[in-house]
Amino acid sequence: MLKIENLHVSVGDKPILKGINLQVKAGEIHAIMGPNGSGKSTLSHILSGKNGYEITQGKVTYQGTDLTEMPPEIRAREGVFLAFQYPVEIPGVSNIYLLKAALNAIRKHHGQSEVDAMDFLALVKHKVKLLEMDEKFLYRAVNEGFSGGEKKRNEILQMAILEPKLCILDETDSGLDIDALKVVAEGVNSLRSKDRAFVMITHYQRLLDYIKPDYVHVLANGQIVKSGGPELALELEEKGYSWLESQVAA
Amino acid sequence: MSTVTSSRYMAEYEAIAPTLPGQNLPWLQQLRKDALAKFSANGFPSPREEEWRYTNVSAIEKKLFAPVLGGDPHPNLQTLDANWLKSQQLEDTWSVVLVNGHFSADFSKLDGLPEGVSIMSMADALVETQDFASLLENHLGRTVTNAEHSLVAFNTAWFTDGVFVHVPAKQVLAKPIQLLHVVTEADALASTRNLIMVDENAEASLIETFVGTDNAYLTDTVTEVFVGQNSHLTLTKMQVESEKAYHFGGTYVKQAQSARFTHHNFAFGGLLARCDIHTDLDRASECEMNGLYLGVKRQHIDNHTRINHLKPHAISREMYKGVLDDRARGVFQGRVIVAEDAQKTDSQMNNRNLLLSDDAEADTKPQLEIYADDVKCGHGVTVGQLDEKSIFYLQSRCVDEETARNMLTFAFANEMVDKIKIKSLHDKVLEQVLARFPQEGVEKDWL
Repeated sequence: MLKIENLHVSVGDKPILKGINLQVKAGEIHAIMGPNGSGKSTLSHILSGKNGYEITQGKVTYQGTDLTEMPPEIRAREGVFLAFQYPVEIPGVSNIYLLKAALNAIRKHHGQSEVDAMDFLALVKHKVKLLEMDEKFLYRAVNEGFSGGEKKRNEILQMAILEPKLCILDETDSGLDIDALKVVAEGVNSLRSKDRAFVMITHYQRLLDYIKPDYVHVLANGQIVKSGGPELALELEEKGYSWLESQVAA
Repeated sequence: MSTVTSSRYMAEYEAIAPTLPGQNLPWLQQLRKDALAKFSANGFPSPREEEWRYTNVSAIEKKLFAPVLGGDPHPNLQTLDANWLKSQQLEDTWSVVLVNGHFSADFSKLDGLPEGVSIMSMADALVETQDFASLLENHLGRTVTNAEHSLVAFNTAWFTDGVFVHVPAKQVLAKPIQLLHVVTEADALASTRNLIMVDENAEASLIETFVGTDNAYLTDTVTEVFVGQNSHLTLTKMQVESEKAYHFGGTYVKQAQSARFTHHNFAFGGLLARCDIHTDLDRASECEMNGLYLGVKRQHIDNHTRINHLKPHAISREMYKGVLDDRARGVFQGRVIVAEDAQKTDSQMNNRNLLLSDDAEADTKPQLEIYADDVKCGHGVTVGQLDEKSIFYLQSRCVDEETARNMLTFAFANEMVDKIKIKSLHDKVLEQVLARFPQEGVEKDWL
């Protein structure tokens, strides 16, 4: 589904990613772990199409096509979803309005007709319930005045409604207390399927207690320095990142 | 110098003067005479005046806008599209219609007014035999004088009609009052003077709507407002003049102790539109001023506010927002003056401008003049573009960039529309904003 080959990315003159290779197949969950400044967020931004980065080498293909050529909204309509580390507050645009605009944009992209108003409401209300959210949230402005937990939950709600194929979770656990983390994790787990892949970017192992990855990769100094199974995360929890970082430096 | 600029209007005045209302009122004759002298000496405001440095009205003097003569029956109604006019009238209001500067009894709807409440044409109110003569004498020309710029004097000398509203003490009006100003004649001068009096412990909501057919004309309107002790007046101005029109509207308010005044100012129309809103705050009174101006093409929209904190413990809140596209220019000058005596003043002024094109311009000038030492005053001004982070967020949720920009621009403007509590008015204003920034597939309840 996603293939990253020898990806080099710079911001200005500063190289951030220095030759990333990663392959993600449908149905898999990959965790990308690493210390601060290792390039984790850059990777998520590159996948979602944020401005301000220059790809100096390598390529990213998604379902066989060059992802980097697509504007962000086309990636999103093709099924790439980024759950933001810091979801943006959009005063004046209600959640429900954005959800409908997004869903219809996807349907239009795939040559389908607009969603029926009643079906849409039923779908949205069902998902809201699943995520233990208050229906009132739908009519509030996107993320405005939401607590950290509410914002993250809202990201998962959007994901649940838009049904993407590739979900990138950027530090989804940050700022969450344990109860909110459980709800968010349940939401994610309920979306696991053989057709859907997840890339979870996280600093801590904590999230992986609730969402079990198939593969764990360690990103340090812009490179994947180690890959393994879930047990790698536990090792990191115990030893920290420094033993891997020093390996790269050497 | 500037006498030259007003000479054409002055030359016409002699012929017009005998047709103006209030011929038999010596105090009004004196008021008009003084105003005429001021206008004759100063001419129209010039960009050399600080309050007019961003706005050049020389086009008004190059043309000659002439008052449309009144009469009974109203002379201009035959050519008027009655359905169009009715579509401008809000549901469930008492409505006063002024066509080309003259009251129209045919279109006004004033039935069922509570006892003691007066809403009538200014010309009628000025008829000497009426009970209101002394009320008018003691209030007209008292919230604003010839010391103000000369468009006010121009109004005092030239006004042909207007509306007089008196809400007696303890009266809470069940419905809003709409003053609908309509101009249908090319090159017309629609000069109206309104007096709104809300006595103590009363509550009222007034809507001033300005519309016109697709002509060049000049609206020159002055509204004087008295809000009595413990009363609350909400005044909403919806200015959707023709795109060739010139508009000057001044609203001058005196608030008594603990009086509340809420003003919403929607400035959407006109080629050149200038609006002044001044209020004097007494002890513990409150004022809220909200504004939204949307400029396209070569529109020039200028809003001036002045909030005078004269006595202690008064509160003022002001938020003006502008969206400027194409070659449009928006001006905001907001002055807050806190007198030496006005301790414990609490004042906030904000102006936020969104520029949608490289050629659009916003000139903003907040001014705080504080002569008291124990006050809380703040102001903030921004001129900028849409937030790129927000655009990216929306794009990452499948929305294309153009739609994202449109959604965010609409949301920016809609915050001001949302403050309107009267549903029919809210919908009318929303309709205007949606016409400018259409939101596809959205249901009204979601906005």
